[in-house]
Amino acid sequence: MDEGKVADVSLELLTKGRTLATRLNCKLEAVVLGHKLKGVEDQMFPYGADIVHIGDDARLDPYTTLPHAAVINGLFTEQKPQIALLGASTMGRDLGPRVSSALVSGLTADCTALEIGDHEDKKAGKVYKDLLYQIRPAFGGNIVATIINPDCRPQMATVREGVMKKEIFSAGHKGKAVQLDVNKYLKPEDVVVKVIERHMEKSRVNIKNSSIIVSGGYGMGSKENFRVLYDLAEVLGGEVGASRAAVDAGYVDHDRQVGQTGITVRPKLYIACGISGQIQHTAGMEESSMVIAINNDPNAPINKIADYVITGDVMEIIPRMIKYYKKNSK
Amino acid sequence: MGLKIIVLAKQVPDTRNVGKDAMKADGTVNRAALPAIFNPEDLNALEQALRLKDIHKGSTVTLLTMGPGRAADIIREGLYRGADNGFLLTDRAFAGSDTLATSYALSCAIRKIKDYDLIIAGRQAIDGDTAQVGPQVAEKLGLPQITYAEDILSADKKKIVVKRRLERGVETVEAPFPCVITVNGSAASCRPRAAKLIMKYKHARTISERQNQSEDYIDLTADRPYLNIQEWSVNDIETDHQWLGLTGSPTKVKTIENVVFQAKESKVLSGTDAEIEELIKELIVNHTIG
Ligand SMILES: Cc1cc2nc3c(=O)[nH]c(=O)nc-3n(C[C@H](O)[C@H](O)[C@H](O)COP(=O)(O)OP(=O)(O)OC[C@H]3O[C@@H](n4cnc5c(N)ncnc54)[C@H](O)[C@@H]3O)c2cc1C
Ligand SMILES: Nc1ncnc2c1ncn2[C@@H]1O[C@H](COP(=O)(O)O)[C@@H](O)[C@H]1O
Repeated sequence: MDEGKVADVSLELLTKGRTLATRLNCKLEAVVLGHKLKGVEDQMFPYGADIVHIGDDARLDPYTTLPHAAVINGLFTEQKPQIALLGASTMGRDLGPRVSSALVSGLTADCTALEIGDHEDKKAGKVYKDLLYQIRPAFGGNIVATIINPDCRPQMATVREGVMKKEIFSAGHKGKAVQLDVNKYLKPEDVVVKVIERHMEKSRVNIKNSSIIVSGGYGMGSKENFRVLYDLAEVLGGEVGASRAAVDAGYVDHDRQVGQTGITVRPKLYIACGISGQIQHTAGMEESSMVIAINNDPNAPINKIADYVITGDVMEIIPRMIKYYKKNSK
Repeated sequence: MGLKIIVLAKQVPDTRNVGKDAMKADGTVNRAALPAIFNPEDLNALEQALRLKDIHKGSTVTLLTMGPGRAADIIREGLYRGADNGFLLTDRAFAGSDTLATSYALSCAIRKIKDYDLIIAGRQAIDGDTAQVGPQVAEKLGLPQITYAEDILSADKKKIVVKRRLERGVETVEAPFPCVITVNGSAASCRPRAAKLIMKYKHARTISERQNQSEDYIDLTADRPYLNIQEWSVNDIETDHQWLGLTGSPTKVKTIENVVFQAKESKVLSGTDAEIEELIKELIVNHTIG
């Protein structure tokens, strides 16, 4: 929840969950915990939820781990869902592992795709039907791993905001709202962590919704060199993104990181400057309408998914892009 | 008031240097092909522990790491920076652990260490970025957790006050001891190694390491017990084998696939002025920019 509104990532997961539930021929259920949640279900039905479980209690707002985990553990133990999806927000990544540990169910972080499929365990001579394939890039080379939890339930996965698409299932879709008896699950000893103070800011950068992204990688060489990217982004009316290597090197802040563990973007134009193009990065930008790669290595993997490849030194190319843009625009 | 602090630190392949042979055919990480480093956020975690020790005289900082024999490097690195002692948890029985089996093994080792007020971990390890082990250890030990910690504002014998860094803001929370804290990369970086401590601990070894070295080492630890890095195998801690290693891991790697990018038909430019100007004009004309 986000100031009375269901978070985007939750609606994205409902959209994905709807597809999975239809495929599995089962119901799509959602859990909302917090306080003063009146009418929240109406935000979720259009995205395909059949049942919305609502835990409305002052002890569930602001979020702290143990009370939320207690309600979810209790509910899951009763309802035995096959699949549970969580947004990979700071909250989801705080709660998910706690729940998966208590229920001894596997949890896969930062999935980039979710599918249903079978699995044959040849050694044990067992066939598993309709498992959740939790797909995520694995590090090294261009590798994607499919993770499964054959024996444990629920099969849990977290997904970052923006990875799945949010789509109205049917404006008229109506489900059922179920009020949870929070006291049944919550014990006094769960309420031991106190939130003393909280300051939320509007996100400073908004690269998710930018139609032009100028992104820099480790090949930019320094924080100072990143300056030219801000300049180019400014004249084009775009935002600056980055690879994780650039973030790790301290060239730029984490909130600009594009990729599996950063932000997923789908801009009209993505300019990748000094980025090699490892799968964890491309997972977050491959749906851009147009990609320009600037790299001094003619064989950089990013070139394969680029519409334009400029082979050369970023620090020589970008200032000239700015110059010719200024000359030719208007 | 002295605090007893356990820091969970992991040796990780330096994913900032990954090459082609980083993964084995069975889908696990080929650790041999990559340089092994102290997980960056675990260094932030260590620093928070050392600060508490600076403030609260009589505190001890104990490192706990699970990994192959060479992960003893992590303990030495921690000792050089001010930790008091460390345990290496190493056994074939732990091989193939996912985060749940890892947390289980670590929590069993923590139970054996027994006397602690605070467990501090890194937010996440860079090899998987899962950020699961800290909260799972907390759950296994039945302790409250504070994730994404950026600064420990105060601590007394009963409670700790911590500033957390969230996606879109900061939060100050209070928790009772004992509890588990996971520390964010935005927290203070770790102090460097101290020359004095390097001198003191450079011969610190686990028993397996000593067995592979000359006789002198064995004598050395006889009168300097602090040079003995304690090594625990699965038999040294109390565990239920069904929760360990591959069997204790609910998640399995089904397949590992090489992604073949649908190579686009790209236009290759060598970066001459004429080409760049042409490209910019094209982008303006087709309304991609401008
Ligand atoms: C669990 C996990 C999650 C991850 N999540 C993400 C993520 O969300 N996002 C992400 O980006 N990465 C992520 N990574 C890291 C990813 O695997 C790569 O390490 C990273 O994307 C590499 O960044 P880079 O391309 O900037 O650096 P490098 O791979 O070092 O590439 C630098 C490039 O710059 C080029 N270059 C150098 N100098 C110049 C110059 N002067 N002019 C032009 N070109 C130059 C080089 O030829 C090279 O191609 C993750 C890794 C792991 C293990
Ligand atoms: N094998 C390990 N040994 C010690 N600590 C670990 C180990 N694995 C994970 N941790 C701790 O748990 C944190 C989160 O790890 P992860 O869930 O793998 O991202 C790390 O930053 C470490 O503090």
